[in-house]
Amino acid sequence: MSTSQALLALLEVEPAHGYTLKHRYDKRFAGATPIAFGQVYAALSRFEQQGLASVSEVESGSHPERKRYEITPDGVTRIDEWVASAERPTLYSASALYAKVSVALMSGRPADKVLERQRDVHMVRMRQLTEQRRTASVAGLLAITFELNHLDADLRWIDEAGQQLGQLRSDTGSTR
Amino acid sequence: MNESTLTIDAQDVHLSYGQTPALRGVSLICRTGESVALMGPSGSGKSSLLHCLAGVLRPDGGQLTVAGARLDTLSERARSQLRLSRLGMVFQFGNLIPELTLLENVMLPLQLLGERAVAARPRALALLGRLQVAEVSTRLAGEVSGGEAQRAAVARALVHEPAVLFADEPTGALDTASADRVLDSLLGLARETGSTVVLVTHENRIAAHCDRLLSIRDGVMVAHDAVTG
Repeated sequence: MSTSQALLALLEVEPAHGYTLKHRYDKRFAGATPIAFGQVYAALSRFEQQGLASVSEVESGSHPERKRYEITPDGVTRIDEWVASAERPTLYSASALYAKVSVALMSGRPADKVLERQRDVHMVRMRQLTEQRRTASVAGLLAITFELNHLDADLRWIDEAGQQLGQLRSDTGSTR
Repeated sequence: MNESTLTIDAQDVHLSYGQTPALRGVSLICRTGESVALMGPSGSGKSSLLHCLAGVLRPDGGQLTVAGARLDTLSERARSQLRLSRLGMVFQFGNLIPELTLLENVMLPLQLLGERAVAARPRALALLGRLQVAEVSTRLAGEVSGGEAQRAAVARALVHEPAVLFADEPTGALDTASADRVLDSLLGLARETGSTVVLVTHENRIAAHCDRLLSIRDGVMVAHDAVTG
């Protein structure tokens, strides 16, 4: 998911200050990894420069100046285009886990341990999401099932790779 | 660990079908009230292990204590009695008796244990209500949907509040949403009755519902989460 497009899309729902936008993003998209304030303010500044959002209100007083941003028609068009376009399928080479297993095999490190460790971490996260699913809102459920299905796909690959390690070793030239 | 907190204690369990070994020295423990997922590829021995733990098969070697009884030394008759009174089973396809209603199916274990119908009926009906199938309780098991039948199968397995509930691919025939609902009900009710759950599955998403994960391959336990607490 593109963080920038998601932030811009949240502005389309309702104008917001950077602080509010960060919390809306975390609630809707971030899952276990909240976005940094700096990343939100940098994105807002970029939206303004690109004409995708504009400052609709400036609050000044005892606190530092607070700018409220709203999306522009160009910003709405950008979201239209983003939503309408399909994502490029992620290549195996882009997966950090695949890269780690490949490096382990090539360098004679224990690839099975890489898979085992990742499997454990995935299962812990899967358990957390399964628990959260029981009390989630409809919107929350959408995010949880999205992540659950991706974890499940990863785990299937981990299991299959574990069963094929012998063949993978010979394919990658490992001597171990 | 205090042995009284263990509902299952298996040590070096062996089982063969003729010359073919199915379990080659499996050891595991399960604490009272915990849920454990038993995973493994086809032919790994997970169903053989489940059937040994549930007293359906007697192991060729090793020690096996379930719900306080030594299953490796009990007679067939005593194992049957233990299964009836202290254990529950759920299979992939429910295995309800199709000619009986859902209510009659759920009442059956209580009646076999000597409870009169007048007492068994409200208990069974209450459980079917908890599982949200009370409204179809008078329909024949062969005429309800797969999800409804499976929820009734869960009720039948839990109605006598067993010490251990064994589930063999209990949601294998259901879609994901139905599977989640059945598992939520199964584990929630088991938690209330303090039943230990051993669930065989090959699906990670199903295993993630459980407290702990055990993996078996070629009749040997290859990995498991440690018992904690």
